[in-house]
Amino acid sequence: MGKRIDVKDLNVFYGDFKAVEGVSMTVEPRSVTAFIGPSGCGKSTFLRTLNRMHEVIPGGHVQGKVMLDDEDLYAPGVDPVAVRRTVGMVFQRPNPFPTMSIRDNVIAGLRLNGVKNKKVLDQKVEESLQGANLWNEVKDRLNKPGAGLSGGQQQRLCIARAIAVEPQVLLMDEPCSALDPISTLAIEDLIGKLKEQYTIVIVTHNMQQAARVSDKTAFFNLEATGKPGNLIEMDDTQQIFNNPSKKATEDYISGRFG
Amino acid sequence: MSLDVKDIPASEAGDLGGIDHGKSGIRVLKNNIATVLIWAAFLIALIPLVWILWTVLSKGLSTILTVTWWQKDQSGVGAPGFDTNVRGARHAIIGTLEIAAATSVIAIPIAVMTAIYLVEYGRGKLARGVSFMVDILSGVPSIVAGLFIYAVWVTFFGWKLNAFCSSLALVLLMVPVVCRSTEEMLKLVPNELREASYALGVPKWKTIVKVVLPTSFSGIVTGSLLGFARVAGETAPLLILAQYTQFLNYNLFSGNMAALPTLINVNVPNMAGDQVSADRVWGAACTLILLVLVINLLGRLIGRLTRVKS
Ligand SMILES: Nc1ncnc2c1ncn2[C@@H]1O[C@H](COP(=O)(O)OP(=O)(O)O)[C@@H](O)[C@H]1O
Ligand SMILES: [Mg+2]
Repeated sequence: MGKRIDVKDLNVFYGDFKAVEGVSMTVEPRSVTAFIGPSGCGKSTFLRTLNRMHEVIPGGHVQGKVMLDDEDLYAPGVDPVAVRRTVGMVFQRPNPFPTMSIRDNVIAGLRLNGVKNKKVLDQKVEESLQGANLWNEVKDRLNKPGAGLSGGQQQRLCIARAIAVEPQVLLMDEPCSALDPISTLAIEDLIGKLKEQYTIVIVTHNMQQAARVSDKTAFFNLEATGKPGNLIEMDDTQQIFNNPSKKATEDYISGRFG
Repeated sequence: MSLDVKDIPASEAGDLGGIDHGKSGIRVLKNNIATVLIWAAFLIALIPLVWILWTVLSKGLSTILTVTWWQKDQSGVGAPGFDTNVRGARHAIIGTLEIAAATSVIAIPIAVMTAIYLVEYGRGKLARGVSFMVDILSGVPSIVAGLFIYAVWVTFFGWKLNAFCSSLALVLLMVPVVCRSTEEMLKLVPNELREASYALGVPKWKTIVKVVLPTSFSGIVTGSLLGFARVAGETAPLLILAQYTQFLNYNLFSGNMAALPTLINVNVPNMAGDQVSADRVWGAACTLILLVLVINLLGRLIGRLTRVKS
């Protein structure tokens, strides 16, 4: 499990507005890649093109190529719905389904895609919650509403929900920015464990977090508001934080930015 | 340079950013005036409401507190002045409920689907057109809705009027009400939930059916019941379309059927000289108010009980 992502010359648009320009990068399978950069430089926008979630927004479209191993995500005839089953996503604010219990949240993706076998589902609930380091905390209240959990637990529930559909890649858009430090640590531990199975791409505003969890770091920037964002450089995380090759990167990580 | 507060005369202390009691006094005064005005407006608005309720209850309560009122229809009713029996309103109560129920069965699916289209799918010209039509529909006077159905049913097709015609006219009035309230409820569903579902590889229509609708279910039910209550009390189309009868009739599609508004309408001409007619009028009015009140409360209760906490 865990596939390689290959992006070539990707431009992303909202209608006529070009939000991201000319991004090429390779993400190795079963690694953690962090996206850092100032607000509005297109990190979320670019991340969402990796599972075609940007198409949910009216006018959202891309030019360029995104390969998942040797599959072109944007080839004609590729169903974006199928892409999202292979490339899962975790959002900034924990968003469990409020009408569903913890158990139903975990298996929502399977259920809504037609899996009915109770044995399979029960097994998947435990497996996914174990995988999200949440099982021990919720195993006695699987039928309680997911919204009753703490923020950090909700976010791990969302991760359990995402991995229950057995994706190859997991995208995370600032998954800890709404969480307290202890919950953040729990998620970071979890990311370390998940990368044995999944290719993980995480957007973060927290530089220490990028340094702690990621193997590679990509720095995005934009020249001015209204201009498209660019990928400035991408390298081993050690390298980016200790010895970046571009001045803009150095300015940003040393806080001499803007 | 350091200033010690004790050294400054009191009059200057205010200028240095201390608490300025003069201005705050004016603000408190304004606040009090506004409070008094708002309470006065509230009480003035309350006067007609209390007056109506008092009139209807004082004149009609004794009638509706009898068992006959709920059990019997008006069969055997005699000429005004010679009939000393108030008799019952069961035929009219059943008629009103059946007509409103048939209206709801048709109107709610149309309204909810229109709202889903407008909120979840609608873009561009078609959506703006549909939204505009809903606006127009909600502005149509109820008597015009009745006339329209009459024109189609009787003048155009040459069919015989029945109670279902009233339902059809009321559908025109109910659809915009339920559509607008459902739209509001759908808009309240956070986009994050839709995105969470899409990100699991769930198609859009399934996301709407399994995530969006359940999340807004309680609001949609409340809105629908409020729509039901509104058409149950609606009168004008019935004046044109409903054929009053003194007998209980369960069949919407054949024969005449009474409703509470038409029961009132039939008895009003005699109420000045005949206490029994007057009792029927106020009894029916009282029943109608009670009905609408109960359905409103029911709607709110269901809304409260099924509300999703997030
Ligand atoms: N839904 C949207 N519609 C139009 N423009 C958008 C939308 N979302 C983001 N943008 C624009 O795209 C650019 C990149 O935004 P975003 O990807 O959210 O940046 P980041 O995640 O790095 O803070 C910004 O200029 C933003 O205004
Ligand atoms: Mg973002």
